[in-house]
Amino acid sequence: MTVARSIWRRMRDSRAVMLSGGMLVGLVVVAVVGPLVSPHDYLQTNFDELLRPPTTSGARLFGTDDLGRDLFVRSMLGVQVTILVAIVASVVSLVIGVAYGAVAGFVGGRVDAVMMRFVDTLYALPFIFFVILLMVAFERNFLLIFVAIGAVNWLDMARIVRGQTLSLREREFVQAARLNGVSSMRIIIRHIAPNLIGVVIVYVTLTIPQAILVESFLSFLGLGIQEPQTSLGALVDAGVNQMEGASWMLLIPATLLAVILLCFNFLGDAMRDVFDARGGK
Amino acid sequence: MSLLSVEALSVRYAGLAAVEELSFTIDSGESVGLVGESGSGKTQTAMATLGLLPANAMTTGSIRLHGTELLGASEAALNALRARKMAIVFQDPMQALNPYVCIGAQIRRVLEEHKLASGARAREHVIAMLERVGLPDAERQYRAYPHQLSGGMRQRAMIASALIAEPELLIADEPTTALDVTVQAQILELLAEIRQDTALLLITHDLGIVAGRCERTLVIEAGRLVEQGSTREVFARPRHDYTATLLAAAPRLDSATVPVANPGDAILQIDAASVSYIERGRGTLRAVRNVDLSVRAGETVAVVGESGSGKSSLARAALGLVPMQAGRTVFCGTGLPSRVEDRSQDTRKGLQLVFQDPVGSLNPQMRVAAIVSEPLLVHEPRATAAERHERAAAILERTGLSAAFLDRYPHELSGGQAQRVAIARALILRPKVLVCDEAVAALDGTVRAQILALLREVQQESGLAIIFISHDLAVVRSVSHRVLVMYMGALVELGDNEAVFASAQHPYTRALLEAVPVPDPEHAGGKASLSGEIPSALNPPSGCAFHPRCAYAKETCKVEAPQARTVNGTTVACHFAGEI
Repeated sequence: MTVARSIWRRMRDSRAVMLSGGMLVGLVVVAVVGPLVSPHDYLQTNFDELLRPPTTSGARLFGTDDLGRDLFVRSMLGVQVTILVAIVASVVSLVIGVAYGAVAGFVGGRVDAVMMRFVDTLYALPFIFFVILLMVAFERNFLLIFVAIGAVNWLDMARIVRGQTLSLREREFVQAARLNGVSSMRIIIRHIAPNLIGVVIVYVTLTIPQAILVESFLSFLGLGIQEPQTSLGALVDAGVNQMEGASWMLLIPATLLAVILLCFNFLGDAMRDVFDARGGK
Repeated sequence: MSLLSVEALSVRYAGLAAVEELSFTIDSGESVGLVGESGSGKTQTAMATLGLLPANAMTTGSIRLHGTELLGASEAALNALRARKMAIVFQDPMQALNPYVCIGAQIRRVLEEHKLASGARAREHVIAMLERVGLPDAERQYRAYPHQLSGGMRQRAMIASALIAEPELLIADEPTTALDVTVQAQILELLAEIRQDTALLLITHDLGIVAGRCERTLVIEAGRLVEQGSTREVFARPRHDYTATLLAAAPRLDSATVPVANPGDAILQIDAASVSYIERGRGTLRAVRNVDLSVRAGETVAVVGESGSGKSSLARAALGLVPMQAGRTVFCGTGLPSRVEDRSQDTRKGLQLVFQDPVGSLNPQMRVAAIVSEPLLVHEPRATAAERHERAAAILERTGLSAAFLDRYPHELSGGQAQRVAIARALILRPKVLVCDEAVAALDGTVRAQILALLREVQQESGLAIIFISHDLAVVRSVSHRVLVMYMGALVELGDNEAVFASAQHPYTRALLEAVPVPDPEHAGGKASLSGEIPSALNPPSGCAFHPRCAYAKETCKVEAPQARTVNGTTVACHFAGEI
């Protein structure tokens, strides 16, 4: 049985993975398909239908906002953007952080010292300043948000992975591999990386909610997603302004955000067990 | 009436029995040994007596101290009994002592808690106790924190803490397992001396410890009591098969050695090796100082010493895992580069290592098949996956595991099975030299005997040369042809097994031999003829490093380091070799 298949089997056996993973997949499917089949458009304003509360019978499932735009379509668009931001930012931090940290930790010595001082230097850079700089240097761009969030998150990931690698490198099974002439590359891939997965997965689950929150924070400052595009963060922000008269404008995106965050958290927790061979039966 | 009476005690965890129907008694002032292998339920019994079992433990039966039922007693009732009536000394004093409270205050707390003394009187009492357990300069040690004491001193402090309230029963749970053999002898002697009329329940896996120290012996296997009787009776005429197996598996100092099958030329030779580590801000630690060693085909050379003697560093430097500052390694006639990464693949193939911790030396994320066949990926890249699998199965079979183990993960193996897998990995390339770094130290007695037999068989079949690193002289006696004794990184004595064990020339070797507990109540050994502990290697004594602990030390020893010379057939580094 291949490794991939054994991991898949363990994922299938885990109720938490199936439940939270299933909910996320379901949500994404609805978020993608929903706006396509809905008669409304995310841009279309309708001044006859300002602030309509949600109805179960009619076409306005989630009601409308203060410009008369359909909230269902906009929420689903927000879900798309939020999940995309979360995943892309995490993948960016995962790839850069793990590669950087593993190399620094495994090579050690002076290389490690120089690589980690570079990380320290980047840490000293104020995040917002850095983002504004990016926005000025390049044109305001949807992609740039991903880059900005990922570029900050990989620093933490690199530090964590380096620390783990340093201790793994001294473990006896790595020494046994060195004695046998296994190449450094193969040691990293076969011996170090699989033992990092637990820690990395946990950290990624912490990164995802963080990325989602950073995205909404940037949107609030006007540096993130721009109207009429939207994200769950931006929708919550808009909802706060209307919460006395139209509570659904706050409650619906906030609930969606909470559900997404919880699903990612449960998924991460369960995935750690799946990737740990010791948990297998 | 007996002091402690345990009747039909069972301890279960979620249906799994840790202790089953255990019954025994201890009389006042008696010393009783409880012997068993790991997982036999020895510690569970001790914890049940003290009421320290975790909440998910289900207990039935009865434990009575002076007729008072302890099982199910309230925490308040137990607290009144603990320390006053019964106390425990744990295996690892570093874990048992609070690192943030100084030794004296921790012990004083016992007195204050039980309202036995307070203020200056309590302090005086504690200092007197610290003196009794042999802490030098007790006034000063009163204020010391646990990390400032050596392992042996910490265990003395722990004993002081257990005995301060004069309990009637002292339970010692593997009290010397974490200590070196000379310190172990000191602690056991102290326990025997200081307990006076306190009853002692000594829990251990080591039959040698019980033989010299206990009036009665209980043998426990998988939670059941299989044998009990006077120590002499049990050792001389074991009635149960398990006891007999344990006794047979226990290595003795008088076991005969097998001669080398066909001694050839030296395969691996270490010339004048020195290893040092730079400890940031604390100076240079000289782990190995100018040591020579060679091993021939079919020969087992043991490297013996207490922890910190540099035996592992010597072997690791020869293997190229740690850098050698001076000296060189010669393998099959050619000098080797210092770093393993710079060595040829053929050399690497010929030199293999088996570690102490069998589980830690296997990658937890890989199956046994992948672990064992990994060396083939490097050295025989043309072998197909099926061939590798076949080779792995064959070598695993040779080490005594069926092919069914190929699909297991390391956490699914017992310690002995994991060590067999590690040995299989080391042997799959048919090496010429195998270094065993405390390879049986973490294993139970019966498993240890099996692994040693396996190594001996492989050696006889293939002419493997073995460097056997161990702190256990009794094991060394039974497996090795030659013995190198090290102390603080330097050679102390090197000679044939017979010569070293029958007529050791160096006072340190003699002290080590006397300290070894022997599973024979008539000549129990375990004598503490050496005082003190190994000094810090960061700041070694002048002259002969052993002089502060040596009974024969003279002025010369403090100034001049002795040169190794041959006396009565062994190489000895002592100014007075042959005279003492």
